[in-house]
Parts: sequence; C-alpha cells; structure tokens
Amino acid sequence: MRIRCPFCGERDLSEFTYLGDASFVRPDPDAADAQQRFYDAVYLRDNPAGPFEELWYHGSGCRGWLRVRRNTRTHEILGVEPARRQGADA
Amino acid sequence: MSGSAHRLTEGGLIDRRKPLSFTFDGQSYSGFEGDTLASALLGSGVKVVGRSFKYHRPRGILCAGSEEPNALVELRTGARREPNTRATVAELYDGLESQSQNRWPSLAFDLGAVNSLLSPIFVAGFYYKTFMWPAAFWEKVYEPLIRRAAGLGIASHEADPDRYEKAHAFCDVLIIGAGPAGLAAALTAGRAGARVILCDEDFVVGGRLNAERLEIDGAGGAEWARQAEAELRSLADVRVMRRTTVFGAYDAGLSGARTFGALERVSDHLRLPAPHQPRQRLWKIVAARVILAAGAVERPIVFGGNDRPGVMLAASVRTYVNRFGVAPARQAAVFTGGDDGWKTVSDLAAAGIGVAAVIDARAEPPPALLTAAQRLGTRVFAGAHVVDARGSHGIHRISVRTGSRIEHLDVDGLAMSGGWNPCAALTTHVGGRPRWSEAIAAFVPGDLPAGMSVAGAAGGSLALDAALREGAAAGAAAAAAAGFADVPIPRWRTSEDSVSSRALWHVSGCPSKAFVDLQHDVTDGDIALAEREGYRSVELLKRYTTLGMATDQGKTSSLNGHAIMAALTGRSIPEVGTTTARPPYTPVAIGAFAGHHRGKEFKPTRLTAGHAWARQNTEVFVEAGQWLRAQWFPRPGEQDWLESVSREVKSVRSSGGVCDVSTLGKIDIQGADAGAFLDRIYINTFSTVPVGKVRYGLMLREDGFVMDDGTTARLGDAHYVMSTTTANAAKVMQHLEHARQVLWPELDVQIVSVTEQWAQYAIAGPNSRRLLERLLGGVIDLANAAFPYLACAELEWQGVPLRLFRISFSGEMAFEIAIPARYGDALIRALMAAGREFGVIPYGTEALGVMRIEKGHVAGNELNGTTTAADLGLGRMLSKKKDCIGRVLAGRPALLDPERPTLVGVRPVDRKARLYAGAHFLAVGAATTLENDQGYVTSVAYSPMLEGWIGLGLLARGPSRHGERLVAHSPVRGGDTEVEVVSPIFFDPEGTRLHG
Amino acid sequence: MHGKGLALSQNVLPLSLNVNHRRPRRLRYGLDCTPRARGKPIHYSIFSLIGAAFSGHRHWGPAWRDPAPKPAYDVIVIGGGGHGLATAHYLAKVHGITNVAVLEKGWIGSGNAGRNTTIIRSNYLLPGNNPFYELSMKLWEGLEQDLNYNTMVSQRGVLNLYHSDAQRDAYVRRGNAMRMHGVDAELLDAAAVRGMLPYLDFANARFPIQGGLLQRRGGTARHDAVVWGYARAASSRGVDIIQNCEVTGMIREGGRIRGVETTRGPIRAGKIGMAVAGSTSRVAAMAGLRLPIESHVLQAFVSESIKPFFPGVVTFGAGHFYLSQSDKGSLVFGGDLDGYNSYAQRGNLPTVEDVCEGGMAILPSLGRIRLLRSWGGIMDMSMDGSPIIDRAPMQGLYLNAGWCYGGFKATPASGWCFAHLLARDEPHEVARAYRLDRFATGRVIDEKGVGAQPNLH
Repeated sequence: MRIRCPFCGERDLSEFTYLGDASFVRPDPDAADAQQRFYDAVYLRDNPAGPFEELWYHGSGCRGWLRVRRNTRTHEILGVEPARRQGADA
Repeated sequence: MSGSAHRLTEGGLIDRRKPLSFTFDGQSYSGFEGDTLASALLGSGVKVVGRSFKYHRPRGILCAGSEEPNALVELRTGARREPNTRATVAELYDGLESQSQNRWPSLAFDLGAVNSLLSPIFVAGFYYKTFMWPAAFWEKVYEPLIRRAAGLGIASHEADPDRYEKAHAFCDVLIIGAGPAGLAAALTAGRAGARVILCDEDFVVGGRLNAERLEIDGAGGAEWARQAEAELRSLADVRVMRRTTVFGAYDAGLSGARTFGALERVSDHLRLPAPHQPRQRLWKIVAARVILAAGAVERPIVFGGNDRPGVMLAASVRTYVNRFGVAPARQAAVFTGGDDGWKTVSDLAAAGIGVAAVIDARAEPPPALLTAAQRLGTRVFAGAHVVDARGSHGIHRISVRTGSRIEHLDVDGLAMSGGWNPCAALTTHVGGRPRWSEAIAAFVPGDLPAGMSVAGAAGGSLALDAALREGAAAGAAAAAAAGFADVPIPRWRTSEDSVSSRALWHVSGCPSKAFVDLQHDVTDGDIALAEREGYRSVELLKRYTTLGMATDQGKTSSLNGHAIMAALTGRSIPEVGTTTARPPYTPVAIGAFAGHHRGKEFKPTRLTAGHAWARQNTEVFVEAGQWLRAQWFPRPGEQDWLESVSREVKSVRSSGGVCDVSTLGKIDIQGADAGAFLDRIYINTFSTVPVGKVRYGLMLREDGFVMDDGTTARLGDAHYVMSTTTANAAKVMQHLEHARQVLWPELDVQIVSVTEQWAQYAIAGPNSRRLLERLLGGVIDLANAAFPYLACAELEWQGVPLRLFRISFSGEMAFEIAIPARYGDALIRALMAAGREFGVIPYGTEALGVMRIEKGHVAGNELNGTTTAADLGLGRMLSKKKDCIGRVLAGRPALLDPERPTLVGVRPVDRKARLYAGAHFLAVGAATTLENDQGYVTSVAYSPMLEGWIGLGLLARGPSRHGERLVAHSPVRGGDTEVEVVSPIFFDPEGTRLHG
Repeated sequence: MHGKGLALSQNVLPLSLNVNHRRPRRLRYGLDCTPRARGKPIHYSIFSLIGAAFSGHRHWGPAWRDPAPKPAYDVIVIGGGGHGLATAHYLAKVHGITNVAVLEKGWIGSGNAGRNTTIIRSNYLLPGNNPFYELSMKLWEGLEQDLNYNTMVSQRGVLNLYHSDAQRDAYVRRGNAMRMHGVDAELLDAAAVRGMLPYLDFANARFPIQGGLLQRRGGTARHDAVVWGYARAASSRGVDIIQNCEVTGMIREGGRIRGVETTRGPIRAGKIGMAVAGSTSRVAAMAGLRLPIESHVLQAFVSESIKPFFPGVVTFGAGHFYLSQSDKGSLVFGGDLDGYNSYAQRGNLPTVEDVCEGGMAILPSLGRIRLLRSWGGIMDMSMDGSPIIDRAPMQGLYLNAGWCYGGFKATPASGWCFAHLLARDEPHEVARAYRLDRFATGRVIDEKGVGAQPNLH
C-alpha cells in the first residue's frame, strides 16, 4: 500500500502510522451528557466494510496528519488530504 | 565422465567444454555449465532423487521448473544447509553438494517405506480418527512419532552465515517473465523509452524458447532470445533481472503504482557468495504498470503409478532434451490427452531416443500425427489410457488399457501431458478471481488488479505467435500509459500458431495408487474419501487431504484434485471453484525478508552525545528503547552491581553526581497559544507558569488513563520546552501533533522534537550548585533566592547556548543542564572536571532508579497505561478550572472507585528480607487466590540510605492503610515476604534537601 | 497431558464433568458406534479405522449432516467457525438444547478458525481474563475425548521471552497471578532458556534474552480439526449446520430480534447468538448496533515442511514474532497486526518484513528456511483487547465478539460460556467481566495498557 502525502508525495506504507476513524470529533466537554458523548466518540465505531475516512500520521516524513479515504475491502486508496484543513473548516 | 550414456552429444544450452563436478548422497557426478542439479542428475542416469512425504515412495524428477513437487534435496552442508531445494531450479556449480531427504537409512532402502504397507490405514485424515487413546499417549508417544515421520529436509540450527539485502526499484513497466511474451513486451516498451524492469526466475532468459524447437523470423527460438536480451541490455532504461522471482503483488497507491516483492538469487549459483555480496536480495519494486508473462505449467495425469521415477511431464522431457541435451530415457512412451504431447514424440525422435508408443486418450488423433508416428515406427494407442507404471526405482513397464484390453509395454520413461495451467497467481494476490476457460480447460486470469495486463501463456494464449503479439501489444500499451505516445509495435514470423490444451485429468479404475498431489501423497482415493465424508468445498478438501499444501502449493496437483471432486459431485469445475493463491509464488528464504535486520543490527542503536565519554568510564550499558544508557560505573574492587549502585547513591546524596539524561524526550513548543495548548494536553495548568519557571506535568489519554509525565519549562511568553519519558517520546510527539493538527488546528502553536538536538545532564547532590558555579563562573547567580527550585534560565557558556533547569528526580538539590548536542561531549567532561574537587561522581540509570524509588517518584512500572492520576497519588493535580484530554472519561465510575489500587510504599517487616517487583498483595493468612488479590509491587530497590529493600506498589485503598501488614506473594520469583505498608516517600519526606 | 480434563470438575461447573465422565466408556466400548441410518457418525478409533481399511473406507459417512434450514429454531448461532460450532455443541451437550442452527456464509471454518497460528495458552494477567482462559485450557485438555475427534492438542509449552528488568517484573506479576488461579507458570532465567533452546541468539542479540515466562501446559492444536470435531459432535446431537447461508438482515418485531434474513430465506429463532469475529460490526449493524470493535488484518505465515526443528511455542519480547512447528513439519509464525482497518484477508510487505526481522533476531538459523505461504485473518479488535460475551441491548440478540487475536485459544471456553449465556440468560461465572457496558463504566480489561486504540492491543 502506498499513501500520497500531500506534502511529500506518494510514499510506502511503512512511513506512516495509523490512528483510525477520521470522523472522531471531540465532543463538548461541558455538555450535560459529556461522559456519554465521549464514551461514544472514543469507544464506538462504524467500522465499515468499504470506503472509509481514516487518519494516518506521516511520522517518518513530514509529521503531517492525513485524512485518507480508503476502501477497507480492497485497500484501494481513494483520496488523501491534510487533516488540518478539514479540522480548520470544522 | 559418468552417465555420458544419458547425454546427447550435441545441442542445448549447456557448455560441454565446462564440466562441473558435484555430489549427491556422497557420490560424485558431473554435469556441465548451464545444467540444473536436476538435468545433471538425469544426465548422470540418476532416477530416484527423493522419498515422498507420507508413504516414502521413491520419487524422481517430474518437471523442469519451479513447480517441481518431487525432486527436493538438501543443498549444501553445515550452517548453509538448505532443505527442500528443488533440484529443477538449483543451478549447478562446481563442488555442489546435495543429499536426498526423508529416507532412512538410505535413499535406495528406506525403512519409512513400511508406511506404504500401512497405506490402507494411512488414508486422508486418518490421524483425526485415532491416536486419542490413551489420552496421555499423544505428547509422549503418538505425536513424537508423527513429527519424526513428517517433514522433509533437515534444517540447520546454526545461524545463517550469509548476508541478505533489501533494495527498492521504481519503473514505468514491470514485466514478469522473460519468455517470448515478456521479451516482446520488454522490447516494445524499452524501445519506446519507458523505464522497464524485466524479471525471470530462470538463469537464462527465453523461457519456453530454450526448451522447444521453435523459430522466430527464421532463427532458433533460443538464439532469438539471446539477441533480444542483448538489445534490451543495450537500452539505458531497461533492466534485465535474471534469477529474480517476482513472488507477490501488494496494494497500490492513489497513483496506481503498485508494490511487488521480488527475490534476486544473487549468489545461489556459486559455492559461496562473492566478497561483500549478499546471498539474496529482496526487491520492493514499485511499478506504474505491470505485464504478467509468467507462462504456464503443464498438468500431470492421475493414473496408477504416475508417481514412479521416470514418469515426467511431456514438456519437461522436451526441456531436458532440447535445453540440457539430456536423454531422460532410452525407450520412452508418451501419454497425452491432446496434440501437445505429440511434440515430445518428435523431439525425442529427433534426439535419437526411441519412442515405443503414443497413448492418446482421444479416439481419433489427427491423421497428420498418425502418419508422423508411422514414419517414426511409433505405435499409437488411440482412445487408450495408461493405467499402471511399474518399477519403484525407475519405471520399466507400463500397462495400457484400450477398451477392456490391457497391454504391457517395456519402457524406461513415460512423458505425460494433461493440458496446461496458466501461471495466474499474481493476478489473484490482491483479490482478483480467476475465470474458467473452456477453450484450454483451465483457469485463466479473471478481473485484473489495476495497472496489470497479461500476455502469452499466463493469459491462456499458449502459442508462440500469440505470445509475441500479445507481449508486444501489452508493452506498447504500458509504454503509452507511461507517456510514450505512438509506440511502434514490432511483428515477428513464428513457427507456431497454435497449441492445444486438452484436459485429461484422471484415469479411473487403475490397479495401483494414482497420485494427485505427488509430494503429499494424496491419491484419487483420498479425494473420494473426502467427498464421502462431506469435505467437499475445495478449501475443506485441501485442508482435510492436504492437497496442494506442499512446497509446490499445488501447482501441479490442485486442479486435478478439483476436477476429480467435480466428477464425484456431478458439478462442473468452475462450480467446484478453486483455492486462492497467496504470496509468495514460490517459497522465499526468511532471511531475505529480514535483510540486514538481525543480530546487533536488528534495530538502530541510538547513542547520546556523552556516549564516548561514558564508554571511557564503564562497560555497563542498558537498552532503553533504542538508546543505550550507562547503567552504573563500577569502581575497582567492587564486588557486584549492588555495591557500585549503592556507592553511587550514597555519593550523590552526600556530595554529588552527574547523570546523562539526554534520552528523555524533548519537545520545543512555540506560538501565541502554546500555553493554552499545554493546558489542554496536561491535567494541570501551564498557561500560568511564569517565564523562567518549570512545572511538573501529567498527561492523560482521552480514555482518562495516564499517558506520560515530565517537566515543562517556560523559556518565553510563547516558548515552552517539554520533557517526556524516554519510552514515550515518539508517542507523545505524535499525540501533540494530533492535538495540534486535528483537534485544535485553530490554535497558533508549532512543535518540534529536539531530543537529538540537545544533550542534557542532571547534576544532583549537595555540591551540585558549587559544581555549576565552578563551571559557569559568574554567568548566573545560582543562590536559592535568585535561582530557586523549579527555576530555569537560558544562558551562554563559552559562546555556546545553555539551558539550566533546577529540577530534581533524586530529591536532592539538583539541576539539569542542556547544551546543543555537538557540545555534549565537551560539557560532560567539563562537568566532571569542575566537580572533581567536590567528589562529584558519574551515576547511571540504576542509581537514578533507586533514588526515585526512595523519593516515591513514579516511572514506567507505575505509568503502565492502566493507572489514573489518583492511582499515582497525583489526583490533586487535575485542574477543575479547565478541560484537558482525558478529563471527562477520567470521571467514569470505575476510574473513581475508592477500591482502586493506589500508590503506596512497602518495606519488608524483616528489614533484611528482599522484595520482588511483581509480587501480589494478600492479607496475612489469606488464601492465595485471585479473589484475595489486593494489588501488587510495581518497583523495588535496595536503598543504601535505609539499608534495606524498599518498594512501591499499587494497593486497594492504599493511602488509608499505612502501617498495615500484608504478604507480598511471589511464587514464581523469590517466594512470599511479609511487608509493612508505608508512605511512598521513604527518604527526606519533608523535601528539605530539595531546596538545599 | 490430555487427561487433565478431570481437574475441571474441581473449580469449574459440575456440568463440566460431562467432558470427562463418558470418555473412558465411550472410548473402550465405542458406545457411540451406531449405524449411520440413525444419523450418528461412526465412532472414531483405531479399530473402526482398521475395520474401514478392509472395506476400502467406503462406509464412512459425512462427518456432519448437510440439512436444509428449517423455518425456525430455538437458537440460531450466526457463524460456523470454532466459536459458533463450539457454542452449538455445548448448547446441545451441556444444556440439552438441540433445536439449534449454525449459519455459515461460506464453508465451516473459513474465517479465523482456519487462519490462525493454532496456539493455545492461559497465561493471562488480569482477573477478568485469567479464569476464562484457564477454563478453556482445561476444556482443550479433554477435547479429543469429548468430541471423539483428534484435534491434536499438543502441550509442548509456551515461552514468552523477556529482555529487560521491567519486562521481567511484568512477567513476574503475570506469572504470580496465574499461579494464584492454579495455572502453571515458571519464570526462567537466561541460562534456563538457553538450556531449553540453545539455538536462540544469545551471542549477538541487540536485545539480549534475559529469560522467559513458561507455561508448560500451553501449546498448539490442529485448528481445522477443532472446527470439524465440534461440527461432527454438534451435528450428531441434532444441531443443523447450514453452510453457504449468509445472514443479510435481522427480523425485528417490537424491540426484539425474532430471526434473521438469509441468502437461504428467513429463519426465526427465540434467541440469536453472534459469533462472527471480523464481521461482527457488519452483522451488528443489521440490528442497528454500533460496537467498540474495529476489524484489523493479522497476517500469519508457514514455512516449508522440515524435520523437527522447534519443540514448543516461543514469543519474542523485543519485537513482533512468535513461532511453533506443526505436526506436519511447517514452522507456523506471525507477529503484529498490519495496523489499519481491513476486511481484506491479506496484508502488506512491511509487516511480513517486520515479522521475519523479529524471527531472525532471536533465531538466526531461520535464514535459509523458506516462507511458503502467508495469509490474513480479520480480527475483531476490541477497545481494550478483551472479548465481549453479553446480551445485546435489544432482546433476543446475544454477542460473542472482540476476540482480537486471542480467539483460537479461547474456542472451547467461548463456546462453553456463550452456550451458558444463551441457555440461562445469565453470564457464566468466568465470563462475568466480558460485559458490553464496561467501556462506559470504565471497567476495561486492558492487558497491554494501551487504551482505546485497537491496533495496539
């Protein structure tokens, strides 16, 4: 598997570290049901078989966190972008 | 020269002027340059090469390629012994030593053959039905017998003395297989200017062109291949890699470039690797496009005695005759399901080898073939089958059945041709499924991985003409895809425009054992048994009978077995389906995958800037992750580590010591929001730390458990330097980057790891200040008033920037001093010189550990990923005024449970007794059960200050139980010790020394 | 050491006596030898085998029946792997519930049951795990006799190497916990390890071997045989094993799950148990359930078959590598997860290299032995590395999931405890900690201490 780092170019899998589901959004810690929301966000997963948005860390490269769209059935990479921009939009 | 009777006087790709001598089972033979071990053995008249897996039947050579299931030998000796080496791919070299396998006492007379007599019992899966009684006999009797009987070759227990390498290559077009299709593809793409890599597992290029009497543009096929190779080698961007097997296809990237694994056998054709050369090289080839031109493998026919030495694949017979100038038989017969086998008749005849008969399963073979046979005086049995082959050490007679008539023929060789199987494995490694082709009665590539195309026999186009055409077309398409427009497509005239692959799977009703999987001794009867017992899925069939699980991975056996299962269950072969091919295509040495990552080079070794100095003062180092750290500094006359470490501790506490702490992670954090950022990382507050101050911080994972701890200093309004534990440095860096880039991208903060950029030393003890004053002269006032505990400063020393922190892990008045790494060696020497008059000594990680335990500071054994801040007695640090990672989930009921094991100190009631980390706490007199488990000892040390063993532990309701007596239960190490629960701070509880 | 099963009765359910009591009688007199007409398979023994030899093995019947699905069952177990089939076997045998269907989307054992490295052990640290895996070990020790199928349970020992003081201390803690539950555990020093395995790299190791934690009762079992043995035993008691029957949906009535839609039509049941490992999230989603589980690929490897080379099971403490040798002679080995979510039963080269590097680091004589085949299994990685055996939030559905890469060794106890939960609607005593709500309450069972990061467990 090769991941196209937006900053470094397409590099071998071995340069990257995997975190997981990119849909994780840190809940509001002050919400009344914050504990339930954090439990949900930290522990529960859709774990889909098919296209999946996930976070990878280019630790042996630019240290960029990347949002990778990948098919978990075929390992086909469908798209890569910096996680940061997404976060800024959020 | 022995066995010359089995060599043709001319022809082939062997160099008769270069004889090579070799041994097999201790006996000397000789072959020629260009031989494989198999061709040299056949050329020397050796027919029996090994014994089979289960029945120990004598076996010969079936094939001429990597699909060989029978002719497995142990190559080389001693530490270089290579079990299960296929003689058919072992390139002959002068002095080659080989032994047969799986026989005792000898190949000719093997006691294991008694299994043949028991074969009525040793059917598929028999071991699942027995060896169950008496129960105790399994490990003691049955299994050892089975294990000794199983297995083939013997591997050496000595370390592999050879070296392995890994290499990366990138290309526009990877072409797998240098037969006619591959060469045509390479010529076309290469001429167009594409970056081409052409790999072939063989040591000569040409594939079938070397094995058949074929012509291209009037030239002999082998000659044409030589010329093609010469031209390819003349092209700058083309790389021809012989002796290189592309064994696996792996996942691609967004660009479509895909990674392939390939093994180059750099030195296997030599007695020893050349100086500075590896034995083998593992290639990771990244290719934008790939053309699979791996050819096809001929199928055996399942009939009685089809495993006898002398029964060979028809095309392999042609290979031995045409390429190696070997006469595999004096008087041969050919058993075929279609036209293809007849090529062997004419090739044998052309080589002057008698062909007694052709047995063609078809009722009416083409007239042209019949006349040809007539001309050669070869008998033709039409609509007939071979039902038996006799001669355990080399066949001498076969039985031919025509209708109900059985006739016996005396022959010493039988060539069989059951059709062809395309080598499509690499099309399925990343998920593709093969498709059934009625045209050639075989599975051919189905949906292909993106970027892959197939040419020639690998795709089911068996004829030379099609191979060249498809190869050229694929080469042109691949080059075009790589941006080389309108590539001219060459054309060649060939002598072969069609090849038939007609299925002949199985001859039923044979008088003797008919083998499907020759290496694993799976017979047609075993398939039938599996069917009767319900193991009908091809995957269950495989697992139950071991069909296709041998070293050849079923290349010559699986489909025959599936065809028999199809017939038994009244299904078509595509309905029955096929098993999945998985990497590697042919077996790959484990050493090659490891490359140079073995021994001391298994992982990189990280050394601090002070390492050279440390080396001059001690030989005792300990691995801390990839770092090496000085463990202690023995003095002459010291009896053991304990004496050295205790002396170091006492010296530090009485005078002073210096310790290299450079391995701790250091992260430089800058930006207007740096303080706010740290407030969200740590459970305590850092935005309020004044410039010039240091604060101890604790960080949690989002699940509320402790992740890491360390001190963070504020060097400026927008500038902090964080220290992490050595073990978690990288993890914390990743964690901070995640928080900065993903969680809170709106914060203005930049971070960078500076662990390697700064060397750092701890100076601890009553004299630490004097030492620094001596070192730094008047640069800075270190008096308590000016530079109190937890102060920090940036200064200059001899024109070099320094960072000074007043922090303490030992509990003594202590400083840490950091300097750019390139001055680290100079600084440690300067520190020791400045401290000499105060009796300051160097101390290692052991003394460091003893002192932190004496002070009740937590470290790795306590920060084990399952402890909360409160467990470690640090709950009060958690700021209620702000949020931070982990705060919310740290509030879950189980994390607040007052019963949770919490940090305590323990001392043996008998002060002379020893403590062991890992001991579990039990109430005195309580039964030793998990139910009574109250916690455990995390860290222990011999405290020279308290003159006894002390320990830290996690104990249920610990803090409320000081003074209580418990048993530290440790059956696996040290036994039980009665201990007293005490405060975790054993030494200087008031912390007066700290403030000096 | 197969006879050990008897010890079970002392500290586990009295029911478990069944595991052993019938054994000697059945074996000696083959009371199970009943004609195939009655649907029961012929009793396996050396005598029946020899007998069969004279008739050319023509009278052996199918090891398990191949029935069409009935419209309804008392219990449906989704998943015809080791866990599902073991569950059905114990439902029938221990709890007398025989109106049971096991639904398998492919062929039985086509999932992780046939894709693991066959290691069995009960060397667990935490009280939530240790008694469960020890029950499993006890059941392994009586399995052949219980199933009348040779699953080749082979207790040749499992040795975990340690390379640092901190690692030793952690193993001491674990070994002590094992001993406190009556599990065998020995701490070996470097010399003792050298005595056992002199050909490990003691001369030139980057991370020198300091010793190891040994469980002599650990070892391996023949994975496929475990599946077939359970299938045969369950089938002979009336359980319907239905292959090529994929569950495509749940039949919901009110808040309750009443059955499943399958590729072979709807099938209703009073209770539905899931034992589908890597497919857990997908099947749970049919019931509208999100779980604390990710699916990850774990690669495994076999070498060419060689004569006896390595006696037991060894694991490397300073890298990712473990190894054993099968009775067939292949070295069976593996290492770490590839690390990314996957439903493709294959991995990539970096992990292959990492595993082989680990192998060469402790066993440099592996160099010339050839890797023959690699494959990947889809692990249902839970958020704390420990399994879930519990009722689902909606009535009628029961979960058996989160086995990570520990599923094979757990097979008998997983079946035993899941059958107990399905039959009695209450957790078995050794599986009480495997609750689904433990992540919400924080009562996680995290042996490795890496938190909610499945690919690190």
